[in-house]
Amino acid sequence: MITRTIFAGFGGQGVLLMGYVLTHGAMHKGLDVTYFPSYGAEMRGGTANCTVTVSDKKIASPVASNPDILVAMNYPSLEKFESTVVEGGTVFLNSSLFEERPSRDNIDVVPVPIIDLAREAGSERGGNMVMIGTVCAKAGLLSLEETIKGMEAALKGKEKFFKANQKAIERGFAFAADGK
Amino acid sequence: MPSEKMLMNGSQTVGEAAVRAGCRYYFGYPITPQNELPEYLSARMPEVGGTFIQGESEVASINMVLGASVAGARTMTSSSSPGISLKQEGISYMAGMELPAVIVNMMRGGPGLGNIAPSAADYFQATRGGAHGDYRTPVLAPAGGQELVDLTFEAFDLADKYRNPVMLLGDGLMGQVMEPVVFPDFIDLKDLPEKDWALRGCKGREARAIFSMILGQQGELYRHNLDLQKKYDRITAEEQRWETKYAEDAELIVVAYGTAARIAESAIEDLKAEGINAGLFRPISLWPFPLPALRELSKEIPKVAVFELCLGQMVEDVILSVGERAEIYFHGVPGGLIPTPAEVAEFLRSTVKGDGKVGRRMEV
Repeated sequence: MITRTIFAGFGGQGVLLMGYVLTHGAMHKGLDVTYFPSYGAEMRGGTANCTVTVSDKKIASPVASNPDILVAMNYPSLEKFESTVVEGGTVFLNSSLFEERPSRDNIDVVPVPIIDLAREAGSERGGNMVMIGTVCAKAGLLSLEETIKGMEAALKGKEKFFKANQKAIERGFAFAADGK
Repeated sequence: MPSEKMLMNGSQTVGEAAVRAGCRYYFGYPITPQNELPEYLSARMPEVGGTFIQGESEVASINMVLGASVAGARTMTSSSSPGISLKQEGISYMAGMELPAVIVNMMRGGPGLGNIAPSAADYFQATRGGAHGDYRTPVLAPAGGQELVDLTFEAFDLADKYRNPVMLLGDGLMGQVMEPVVFPDFIDLKDLPEKDWALRGCKGREARAIFSMILGQQGELYRHNLDLQKKYDRITAEEQRWETKYAEDAELIVVAYGTAARIAESAIEDLKAEGINAGLFRPISLWPFPLPALRELSKEIPKVAVFELCLGQMVEDVILSVGERAEIYFHGVPGGLIPTPAEVAEFLRSTVKGDGKVGRRMEV
């Protein structure tokens, strides 16, 4: 088993943190994992993406030719990476932000209204946590418990955010289960 | 006790490994893409009673390393390509004075200030002695992750064993990629052999001196150089390191090191599905280059494909190793872009077919 995921969006959308949660969760699960960030010099604005590769065997390249999963938090990210996704792969979209959809028909598309879902979970700032919950659940990468563990390890020292983030992750898992 | 499994990026990994290998003196000057290393040590060194100094420049930092080394300490500096160029004078002085130290280069795109993207264009500088004089520095090239831990320990041991600067050669990608790693226990500095040359004050014993300038009229510098050469010959004979993978039944050997080797390894794995059997030869010591091992392998498999994150530097050592014994093909990607396994797979397919679409045949 090997799954390559690209998380992409604006700087400040929590793009790298999503990858970081998956990376920690995968390590906790006992899998091999590589996390390869790519971002501009600025803290906010600009573009950010990271490639997370998860495997039950030793991973050679941390650079992926073609991701199995693309998580596009904004439209430029969808435009940039859509063509690289493998046939039969999955694209998760931040449908709270843009209405455009992939033009390919050989990939699965999962629009996630992350802002609405995060608001329901208690804070609309938790959109990235809703998304990582949805991705881990839909793609079967991590269980709910493993995802929460991953979040707690990724945010070690910032315990005050654990509870709100956990709720957002749980909302993502619920959305993945019934599309609501 | 060894550590728990930890998730760290490559730069932080080198920092923690250095501390556990007994390094208590780090001197550096910031430059992307290796700032996570000095940042990590700025917090870590005080915790272990060590010293972290951000020098006023790269030149200052390497000379602080020289000072700590001459006093007998395990010491380290790190930088990225343009900063390593600035440190070259100090490295030559330390080679001449026979002072151990570890110098980490997380390479970025050049020449000049270049950019902050990963690259591997400093092979010549690292392996040919980047400064003046007849000297050599062992160069270890990890492929990231756990090997960064292991080779950081080895770099300190080699430096002390041969009283010589040792370079750890990574790249900006390796510095930033996070992977699970496990660290061995801290070494006990008291277990290391006594440095009977160190200058720590001569109360109660004969005075010692270490010079970088040897002006005698009786051939003193000549003899010093011959002595250094004997040491380099010993290192060449004893310290070659490499890894071979998938070489059984291979129709082609891929030679690559560091990050390029990992990208190539994925390409090799992907090509197996197409019935293309390529083996990987990964030099781990770049100087001394594992020349005899590659020569032997090329006798069995007379087709060699070299892949580098630059436009062709290590390939010259491959030519020295293999000569006319095998066909040598080269494909390189210069600083600024990160190639994918798919791109390397194209090169290897093209090499097997001999269609010349990707890469080129080297004239030997």
